[in-house]
Amino acid sequence: MCTMIVKQVEIEGSGKGTSGWFGLRQANVSYDHPFHAPLEHALNIDFVNEAQGPGTRVAVELSVESAQALVKTILSVLDRAEVGGYLERLAGVELRR
Amino acid sequence: MYQTDMYEGMLAETIVHQGHHGEVINAYFARPLGQGPFPGMVVIHHAPGWDEWYREATRKFAHHGYATISPNLYYRAGHGTPEDVAAKVRAAGGVPDDQAVGDVAGAMQYLRALPYSNSRVGVFGTCSGGRHAYLVACRVKGSDAAVDCWGGRVVMAQEDLTPRQPVAPIEYTQDLSCPLLGLFGADDRNPTPEQVAQHEQELKKHGKSYEFHMYPGAGHGFFYYDRRDYRQAQAVDGWQKIFAFLEKYLSTPAKSA
Repeated sequence: MCTMIVKQVEIEGSGKGTSGWFGLRQANVSYDHPFHAPLEHALNIDFVNEAQGPGTRVAVELSVESAQALVKTILSVLDRAEVGGYLERLAGVELRR
Repeated sequence: MYQTDMYEGMLAETIVHQGHHGEVINAYFARPLGQGPFPGMVVIHHAPGWDEWYREATRKFAHHGYATISPNLYYRAGHGTPEDVAAKVRAAGGVPDDQAVGDVAGAMQYLRALPYSNSRVGVFGTCSGGRHAYLVACRVKGSDAAVDCWGGRVVMAQEDLTPRQPVAPIEYTQDLSCPLLGLFGADDRNPTPEQVAQHEQELKKHGKSYEFHMYPGAGHGFFYYDRRDYRQAQAVDGWQKIFAFLEKYLSTPAKSA
């Protein structure tokens, strides 16, 4: 892309793509041209499983403000869940694929 | 110029050709029907992928009399929708410059080998494709004209260099071997007008033949009619400048060696 600002993080979970649910393995986070959002650059997150091909992807394209609000909201929700003793750690847990 | 009583026809299809290191990749190819001879164009797709806009652009060049090929620079990333494949390439940090240059060089060879070629070949690209067009014009001998539309990262900071893009294209300017047309938007942030000016200064320093046009009221990608930043008047003028430039440098058949 044009900015080439991208990072990849290993993740665990599930995503629902065009062919149904699949096991997530990576999230690719970039600040670059979106495909659909009406912005020149967007905060793009592709939730993927690279082993299953390019089409195994759940994509979101966010404005800067939306991305920042989302990050704060995720952390806030996790904080509340931790305080309530609800957090489950998935490390080592076999996910249903 | 086209007259309403003229015959017109076009063939457009997917083909394969040899790219970097002789590896086979696919490409979209469109040519006017008839015996020619036709000049050739390599149309280098942008970062969002080998998509519908690029198929349309390929046919547009063919409509204007060019045997035109648009190589799929993302071929090695696998297959899927253009967006999904482009997203995979985006995550990998783009395609390596050497590979892109090699793939375009292969497309140029394909065009020159056609029996109806006039042996002139130009390159065109937008966004990352504009950057690639400039790289090719500098690094591949035999380009006859190059069109860089808002190619970002021609000027690169040291910290932006990567193993895939190890050299800023501006560093190759002394090797530019053909006339260059550059179209840019004054509101673009990649490349910024300051970066375009820096590029222009380097072209002047080396005595290169170029035309740069900076459009007020336009940002990045102002040709893309399906995007927010489309600018009708600037896009119409830009296309006119492109075809006038190509007519000037590609219409006369190359002299055989």
